[in-house]
Amino acid sequence: MDAVHIVTGTAVPLDRSDVDTDQIIPSDWLKQVSRTGFEKGLFSEWRDDRAFVLNREEHAGATILLAGSNFGTGSSREHAVWAIQQYGFQAVVSPRFGDIFRNNAAKNGLVPVVVSAEVSEHLMRAVEADPTLEITIDVERRTLEAPAIGLTAEFPLDDSVRHRFLEGLDDIAITLRRADVIDAYEDTRPTWLPSTA
Amino acid sequence: MAQPRTLSEKVWDSHLVAQSEGEPDLLYVDLHLVHEVTSPQAFDGLRLSGRTVRRPDLTVATEDHNVPTTDTHLQIADPVSRTQVETLRANCTEFGVTLHQMNTPGQGIVHIIGPEQGLTLPGMTIVCGDSHTSTHGAFGSLAFGIGTSEVEHVLATQTLPQQPTKTLAITVDGELPAGSTAKDVILAILGRIGTGGGIGHIAEYRGSAIRSLSMEGRMTVCNMSIEAGAKAGMIAPDQITFDYLRGRSHAPTGAAWDDAVAQWESLVTDPDASFDREVRLDGAEIFPHVSWGTNPGQVSPITASVPDPSAFADPVERNAAERALEYMGLAAGTPLTEVAVDTVFIGSCTNGRIEDLRAVAAVAEGRRVSSGLRTLVVPGSWKVKEQAEAEGIDAVLRAAGFDWRDPGCSMCLAMNPDKLVAGERCASTSNRNFEGRQGRGGRTHLVSPAVAAATAIAGHFATPADLAPAGAGA
Ligand code: SF4
Repeated sequence: MDAVHIVTGTAVPLDRSDVDTDQIIPSDWLKQVSRTGFEKGLFSEWRDDRAFVLNREEHAGATILLAGSNFGTGSSREHAVWAIQQYGFQAVVSPRFGDIFRNNAAKNGLVPVVVSAEVSEHLMRAVEADPTLEITIDVERRTLEAPAIGLTAEFPLDDSVRHRFLEGLDDIAITLRRADVIDAYEDTRPTWLPSTA
Repeated sequence: MAQPRTLSEKVWDSHLVAQSEGEPDLLYVDLHLVHEVTSPQAFDGLRLSGRTVRRPDLTVATEDHNVPTTDTHLQIADPVSRTQVETLRANCTEFGVTLHQMNTPGQGIVHIIGPEQGLTLPGMTIVCGDSHTSTHGAFGSLAFGIGTSEVEHVLATQTLPQQPTKTLAITVDGELPAGSTAKDVILAILGRIGTGGGIGHIAEYRGSAIRSLSMEGRMTVCNMSIEAGAKAGMIAPDQITFDYLRGRSHAPTGAAWDDAVAQWESLVTDPDASFDREVRLDGAEIFPHVSWGTNPGQVSPITASVPDPSAFADPVERNAAERALEYMGLAAGTPLTEVAVDTVFIGSCTNGRIEDLRAVAAVAEGRRVSSGLRTLVVPGSWKVKEQAEAEGIDAVLRAAGFDWRDPGCSMCLAMNPDKLVAGERCASTSNRNFEGRQGRGGRTHLVSPAVAAATAIAGHFATPADLAPAGAGA
């Protein structure tokens, strides 16, 4: 994955709670065997509605998705992260994410920004009032800032996850360097554990 | 004395490959389950970086999400679905992974075949690119869903970096009322803690009501842990677990069986261990449940009415309830038992096991499906299907007017031809009532197999106790 330090831009306010991954990308899209082209599937069932927030001109070019609580719950489909990224978002802000989604986001360089319900609400209203509001998410400092409304918030990001964002590291390569400890562990496994062969 | 530990901590600790400050723990994976939907990009990743599957002997694949449930001896008609299944076949051949192909004896829904083949054993770590991997926790294994990047990681290394997770105890004591099932237990739990209530936690289900459940019932409960957002759900193994496993094709035998059982018996939460959070429910108050909304926390007992959104104090919940009722086409205050359905779907990794089909047959025997109602009964695997047929369940169901299908995920997520059309209302034994989950615009109500069967007979939501005696005429 590519390194991510700072995401700056405008946001789309998706003011709904419990947006599960089936809503982010419906199952029809999961039949693809490639890793690209999912932007067209993003929120596809809602996008038919012209008034849907993603369709509004004032939000064109946004790089940050503001969402309600429990965003990305449900199915493990990583396609949800791919769709959000391929559409052009680089970060998602929510009071709470589904665990698998949050993990998937981190593995792909999409920044999951957890903020308090108050900060989320404040941002949501501010962006609705002024779609050009500029927001900056700094991965290194773990901060979200919107200077025009005087907002600064910190967000949690594990040290190891932050490190991977900043360096753009590939987890598999890191793990494979420890092949010797994996070998050693394998020698200790009970022999009665099942084999699928 | 060693620090007291919870069940999940014991399984976690015994799979530690490496642990270092500031880094996630590296856990060994005992079993990696694979299906066609979340694996193609992972196999592609291996190919691009010239990597192999480290332990094909700990990896098994099945075709389930896309497969049709009729004419499964033919090719899949939908070319896109067919390509995905053919891609899995090619990947399994190339990387040496055992695959259960459509219409072969070992095939079925990924979370049904692991336990029934004895591949799922207590104390194991099990992962799959599928959130309902939590099902396997019913055996006291640590089992959780992962994304496609993680699937690739496990294929390449048989390990997974994981941040330690908080623990949540969900205790259900007391005896369930007659007619209540494992499905009602988990729906009641979801009603209590909501879709975010388990986020960041591994849940352990405890208490006498849980202990009294069969393995099938325990799997139903653990299956829907993810609906509360929990990373995994676990139940400590006991004699019921061992009795279920003995003699299964991959379970240990002879002296190895005794060794294994001795080890499994230690897989309980120590008496002094503490959980980060605890929730308690009284089993005696868990009545059959029906979901009325578009997330699995939006449930009520079947005797209740569709709730009035204005009754929710929390503005977020109120808003969600308003949106849900609009999507579901329901008016607040309507008794749930007056809501008529168009379709009844019985199946999925939540309720597609033999015990579920027996419950449906017990209700269907001597009765008829309400006229004009569409039904689909989809066994979770070929093994389940064969056993049901050996017991005559298919004959009972057919005579009652149910449509008896071939195994697969089917209308649980509608990637195959089994779909709802817009506005169609379905009583479903599956796990997700999300908007469009069973087909665009479709309206899903989650229920137990017994309620699904009674609803099919009555034409509206009902429990078996609400039906006229069998054979009493229409
Ligand atoms: S039956 Fe449904 S929930 Fe289970 S694996 Fe299949 S699609 Fe997923």
